[in-house]
Amino acid sequence: MLNVKNAVRFAIVLGLLLPVVTLRAQMDNDAIMMSKHNFCVGPTYGYSSWDHYWEGTYHRTNRNMGTVSTQMVSLMGDYGINDKLDFLVMAPYVWTHSSAGTLTGQHGVQDLTAWLKYLALERNVGNGVLSTFVLGGASIPLSNYEPNYLPLSIGLHTRTLSGRLMVDYQQGNFFATVMGTYTWRSDVTIDEPVYYTTSLHFTNKVDMPNMAAETLRVGYRSDRWIIEALASNMNTLGGFDIRKNDMPFPSNKMNSTSAGAHVKYNFKKIDGLSLDAEGDYTLAGRNVGQARSIDVGVFYILNFSKKTPKSTSNKPKTN
Amino acid sequence: MQRYKYILLPIALIALAACSKTVTNVTDNLPALAPANQDVNAGSWKPVLLSRPDTFPVAAPAATTNAAYTADLNEIKAYQHNLSGDVKSQISYWSAGHVLRWNQIMMELVTKYNLPPYQNPDGSYPAPNAANPFAYPNFPFSNPPYAARAYAYVSAAQYDALVACWHYKTLYNRPRPYQVDSSIRALGGRTTLPSYPSEGAVLAGVTAELMQLLFPAEIANIQQKLSQEELALIASGQAARSDVTAGEALGRQVADVFLARGRADKAGAAGGTPANWTSFVTAAEAASQIPWLSLETPGRPPMLPLFGKVKGFLCDSAAIVSLRPGPPPSTSSADMTAAVAAAYSTVTHATRQQMAIVQFWADGAGTYTPPGHWNYIADADFIKQNYSEVRWARNLALLNMAEMDAAISCWDIKYFYFNPRPTQMDARIKTLTGIPNFPSYVSGHSMFSYAAAAILGHLVPSRATAYNSMAGEAANSRVYAGIHYVVDCTTGATVGQKVGDYAVQRAMSDGAE
Repeated sequence: MLNVKNAVRFAIVLGLLLPVVTLRAQMDNDAIMMSKHNFCVGPTYGYSSWDHYWEGTYHRTNRNMGTVSTQMVSLMGDYGINDKLDFLVMAPYVWTHSSAGTLTGQHGVQDLTAWLKYLALERNVGNGVLSTFVLGGASIPLSNYEPNYLPLSIGLHTRTLSGRLMVDYQQGNFFATVMGTYTWRSDVTIDEPVYYTTSLHFTNKVDMPNMAAETLRVGYRSDRWIIEALASNMNTLGGFDIRKNDMPFPSNKMNSTSAGAHVKYNFKKIDGLSLDAEGDYTLAGRNVGQARSIDVGVFYILNFSKKTPKSTSNKPKTN
Repeated sequence: MQRYKYILLPIALIALAACSKTVTNVTDNLPALAPANQDVNAGSWKPVLLSRPDTFPVAAPAATTNAAYTADLNEIKAYQHNLSGDVKSQISYWSAGHVLRWNQIMMELVTKYNLPPYQNPDGSYPAPNAANPFAYPNFPFSNPPYAARAYAYVSAAQYDALVACWHYKTLYNRPRPYQVDSSIRALGGRTTLPSYPSEGAVLAGVTAELMQLLFPAEIANIQQKLSQEELALIASGQAARSDVTAGEALGRQVADVFLARGRADKAGAAGGTPANWTSFVTAAEAASQIPWLSLETPGRPPMLPLFGKVKGFLCDSAAIVSLRPGPPPSTSSADMTAAVAAAYSTVTHATRQQMAIVQFWADGAGTYTPPGHWNYIADADFIKQNYSEVRWARNLALLNMAEMDAAISCWDIKYFYFNPRPTQMDARIKTLTGIPNFPSYVSGHSMFSYAAAAILGHLVPSRATAYNSMAGEAANSRVYAGIHYVVDCTTGATVGQKVGDYAVQRAMSDGAE
């Protein structure tokens, strides 16, 4: 099932513009599946901003950037291929802006991301249900935006492949979900013919280090509501620190730890309509902005199946 | 079975992705330099500062039958008997061309040190201090004028040192170790050029000596490069220990001549004083002009405002004054209003292609600077030209002396007119790259690029048209970016071309053509 956070996390630029797509964004970072031949679709809006950032480990502001903000609108969809397999897709349009200094913001279509989400195992454990999910994701840039214009580029322009393992336990209306994600990132091509990391590179191709992320979600889940707290951690497996008073670079070591809350409401009177909102705050980081972000979305379920009823079940299915 | 299909697919895709990593430099796997023409008469070419090629005496080498030389050969054999992978890769790296590799190391040092200092808590800015280069802000801040001068000193000194080297090579005519002893392999390629003194070691000595002054905090790094190069020279059978020792000593002596000049060329005072900075404002106001203002927050003192007083290699101070163009449009004129409006319109309508041009030529903080970019362009073509080391050094010297003098002339003009940037005139003008912290008129990129295109077009005529079109693109990039008026670039192009012509004049009279 979709939630706003999925969408926005997915694409919004976290901090120094790490498109959260890759890791925190977990397009599918919840333990909810669509029913067979149901299609959940809707627009999302995300806003993220920061005025403090970490230059390496040094926490600072930049009066020549002021507050850097990112806005994103996206259409996302989640289709139930069958009761155990979902296909999710999204593509955002992103705007960036800085409140001070002279650099102009950027805007454009960012990356297309898709996930396959498979409910691999589901069994009763104790008084609850334990579900295990396996996910595979991929993303590809949809326009030729420049990645080396951080923190105002709209993305990193890398192609990614992600693998995720997610385990959920629900007892009554209370649940906990834990997941780990590994993301492979292709090299990127920048407009500059030569660039510096910790040495000078005579090429316009940049090796992008892979990434790993972990998320924990705990909360209340019923047919009507999801109310949960979440904590995420993201690490770049390699990369280098921004040097003192230098600009960020796509292959920086971008790490962050954040906490947030997520609420989702399924309308009673209009079957299949839901509202979704999430807020997050970056607690710690490295080469990223200390972002506050908020994401909202509206989703509606279209049922293409004659046999099964429209399902927005927030509960993991039990067979 | 069905269920596994969905698990295996992503796993397979991920495995595929994991395989394809590692970006390589375009110059990583060059073949050994094998010049068609070794320019054996280069000992008679006109040096830049040396009055004669034999200003510094180099003693005659021991005969190849001498026991000391036999010991040299045994040292090579010992290395070749058990070559480590590291030494092999050093041989491969350096044999692509010693001038090329040192030039790339220079670009790396310039890039590493090209960062503006972070402000003090009170909003003032600390200045790098050559006497304490390890303290923050590290010395130097290798901004474009500093870099242009650094490239010029290193290239010109390398050229003079190689002229002297070639003089002694032909004088003594000592064969290469692999020519003396057939059991020694020529791992870095074969050449008919005499061995003594070693051209690679001359370059190591002259370059290391200069780099240590220009980038004093890098002394250990530079010493390591020198050691690796000399080991590669010996282990490859290119040079005997005695060739290397004599070469390095000659190189260091030549470097001292350039170091002495560098200490007296007024670059050390180019930062100016607060009184100097105020005087530019006063002069502009006296001429009823809006004076330039730093657009950084907090405001940063202007970059090397007295660099226009530095002593050039090609242009003397009278020539610098004569290169000065007429004034830009008055800041209160209708022409200026139109130029500001045009700048606003251009940057607000920039296409992705124009942005790519801006980024390609940006060469701002944290890069090798515009002169470095032109060195990179030159090297790429020189690789194809298969130049001898001495001609490579000469051509880079001509290029970099032109770039340094372009910087001097440009900085003279910038601070003579002290003209504001478009964004200062209209704060709505948001730019596609950082606004350099110095006055607008004339464009440094335009001057550097047209000066480079003029001398490179003379050196490699088949590429003259390409250089001119690159220079035009570099100049336009500053207009697309919103950081220059068109007139800054057209005027900069004209003056830059004139500076380049000084280098062409020298090229036609130094005996190498």
